Amino acid sequence: MREQNIRMKAEAALGGEDTFLQGVKDCIPTLLGYLSIGFAAGVVEKTAGLSVAEIALMSLCLYAGSAQFIAAGMMAANGSASAIIITIFFVNLRHILLSAALSPYFRHLPGVRNMLIGALLTDETFGVAINEAARQKRISERWMHGLNITAYSNWFLANIAGAFFGQWIADPEKFGLDFALPAMFSGLLVLSMVSRKKWVLDSVVAVSAVVITVGVSIAFGANIGVIAATVMAATIGMVVEKWK
Amino acid sequence: MEVRWEVLLIILGAALVTFLPRVLPLMLLSRLALPEWGVRWLSHVSIAVMAALVGQEVLLHEGNWVSLSSNVELLAAIPTFLVALKTRSLLGTVVFGIVAIMLLRYWLA
Repeated sequence: MREQNIRMKAEAALGGEDTFLQGVKDCIPTLLGYLSIGFAAGVVEKTAGLSVAEIALMSLCLYAGSAQFIAAGMMAANGSASAIIITIFFVNLRHILLSAALSPYFRHLPGVRNMLIGALLTDETFGVAINEAARQKRISERWMHGLNITAYSNWFLANIAGAFFGQWIADPEKFGLDFALPAMFSGLLVLSMVSRKKWVLDSVVAVSAVVITVGVSIAFGANIGVIAATVMAATIGMVVEKWK
Repeated sequence: MEVRWEVLLIILGAALVTFLPRVLPLMLLSRLALPEWGVRWLSHVSIAVMAALVGQEVLLHEGNWVSLSSNVELLAAIPTFLVALKTRSLLGTVVFGIVAIMLLRYWLA
């Protein structure tokens, strides 16, 4: 009885904060990021030789800025399909941690509905959702779909806009657009190191990764460099952490 | 408006390897838990892969070492890092990086 009462009060207090529309509204602060990075991705993909249809398909199926930049860059450099897919696998492996962190809030739902929530998970929507969880102690499924679908449709529109704009750019390097990828990863790297606050350990991992990728790329080719560096540097980090 | 087979293959393969890490923990973690060392290894993957990508993009050109004295990308990357540290804004960092390399290429060309 008492439990039920508290629950009803809690729901009344939340009043409308868990609707689909509220999820749409809570996505708004991240939209500028989606629009600009999605636009840059569309331009870079177009100048890498992808057609508008291919860009549309990529933004809808892949829906990951970092992976799309990598695909465009490696396709322009004639990377093999397997190297592109394996590199993207490692880049997007971080989603395991985001998905795992959200899983306690959706444990009551059946598998397929969890799949629908996870399929559109990104760094940004995770950031908004985990804030919501900290505030409300719960995340509503409808709210999550509102957030996810808003981000997803903006990403798609921004990619298409970038693809059309990219048709008029003959030389993307002249405008520095090829630098969007390293700049974005520099930013993501710094931001995650700032939030983790494990400066020494993270620096050891980062420096190892740079040294290994340069060494392996020169010796065995650029295709394998990033993959080997990721596996080895993450292992170094795991061992150093254990050993300290 | 065509979609080439080779490109379709890459898109579908990349989409699959992106989809699985996104959905599997949400679908399965109520039933099983990752081992502790696995969580620790994964927690280093994102730092490792991002540093490796930056290293490859900035220090190498088509798989070959670029001498430090003629490396414009490195010259742009250093202030880009500082801007990221200072502003903590992803968008600001990307815009700064693009403008920095554009100006450096213009001046040094």
